[in-house]
Amino acid sequence: MFELANPKRFMDVSRPALPWLAVAAAILIPVGLYLALFVVPPERQQGDTVRIMFLHVPAAWVAMMAYALMAVCSLLGLVNRHPVADVAAREAAPLGALFTVLALVTGSLWGRPMWGAWWVWDARLTSFLLLLFLYLGYIALWSAIEDETRAARAAAILAIVGAVNLPVVKFSVDWWNTLHQGESIFRTGGPAIASVFLWPLFIMAGGYTALFATLWIIRIRTAILQRTVRARLGAETGR
Amino acid sequence: MSFMALVARDMRLATRAGGGAFLALAFFAMTATLVPLGIGAELRLLSAVAAGIVWVCAVLAALLSLDRLFQADFEDGSLDVLALGPLPLESIAAAKIAAHWLVTGLPLTIVSPMIALLFSLPGRGYSALAAALAIGTPAVSAIGAIGASLTISIRRGGLILPFIVMPLLAPIVIFGAGAVRAAIDGLASGALLFLAATSLAAVLLSPFAAAAGLRLNLGA
Repeated sequence: MFELANPKRFMDVSRPALPWLAVAAAILIPVGLYLALFVVPPERQQGDTVRIMFLHVPAAWVAMMAYALMAVCSLLGLVNRHPVADVAAREAAPLGALFTVLALVTGSLWGRPMWGAWWVWDARLTSFLLLLFLYLGYIALWSAIEDETRAARAAAILAIVGAVNLPVVKFSVDWWNTLHQGESIFRTGGPAIASVFLWPLFIMAGGYTALFATLWIIRIRTAILQRTVRARLGAETGR
Repeated sequence: MSFMALVARDMRLATRAGGGAFLALAFFAMTATLVPLGIGAELRLLSAVAAGIVWVCAVLAALLSLDRLFQADFEDGSLDVLALGPLPLESIAAAKIAAHWLVTGLPLTIVSPMIALLFSLPGRGYSALAAALAIGTPAVSAIGAIGASLTISIRRGGLILPFIVMPLLAPIVIFGAGAVRAAIDGLASGALLFLAATSLAAVLLSPFAAAAGLRLNLGA
């Protein structure tokens, strides 16, 4: 993994991997969507709204995975000064924010028929809203500092502090919610999931993950190429 | 410069003309005044939201003065001098956090029962409110110091700082306001203990993160 820190090496390894990931996403997501929308029977309590779950739950998984990847890359960038790790952390943030928004929007669309409101201060929704703000703060900090190395290190510290804090935030929000809605009418868990629901969910999760990986690698490659172009242009005009 | 000398210097700077320590208190009172103007003067409604309003206003007031925590010293070069001195950057950050709490968090805690009185907070809530603010506001200063160290070189850091710090402060507000509500309802709740645990961890770990933030900005 450490040899990927060399930008040249990363470009060489990521180029052949990219089409495979893209094809996996292009196959898994349509298959998963077809199963979710046409094959899966309506659920007993939720009816057809259960189909939103197949878009919603994998988005939430990928959103959390993206933050974990961002924090790990930040740590590698900060401690080992790997140039690719800094870029990888930066490029994971907008994608993570996007998947967080997707999870929030689909959750809201699901909540309207099920809970009767577009937004409910449910523990999961609230902690995801805070996760979105963490992502946006991270992106804002990156773009506010002009010097790229300083920006990378400042953002890395923020990502790591956020990663340390996230479990506390999650715990406190759960605690807060149970304090207020002891006899909750909302069933976040629902009945144990039957395998007919489980398979499409896993296929969608695989598709989302492949999509995230594809976009992430494209973004990292673009950023590295951009840097190379800028360096060469600078060298030419300097001459 | 020793730790105590640094704390004393920062407190003097904050309380003298242009320091802005009292502005945080004024801001606290003003935002709390705006709330009834916005949601109506019905006392039953106000007393239900009193704990939350006091907490939110206190956090906002503390954040207001945080962006200058390191920035003034960074801009006039005294931070470089301090960094060259015998005190490690971690201790410098801890001293600045302590000074910030002494000139904002502590006065906010002392004034808060008076603000709560304006919202007719039920009688059982006052001691819990003061205790929760006394325990929780050091964490606001400490976590805010991380944000302050990271935004030190940004000219409009005052806008970005609350943005990156507020999600991290959610547990403090939740446990802090929760402790007051539990006390009013007469419920046994671990909120104050959770708040103390979160606050202790934040005060203990933040100086290291803030020092890392300072170091990257001081390095050539």
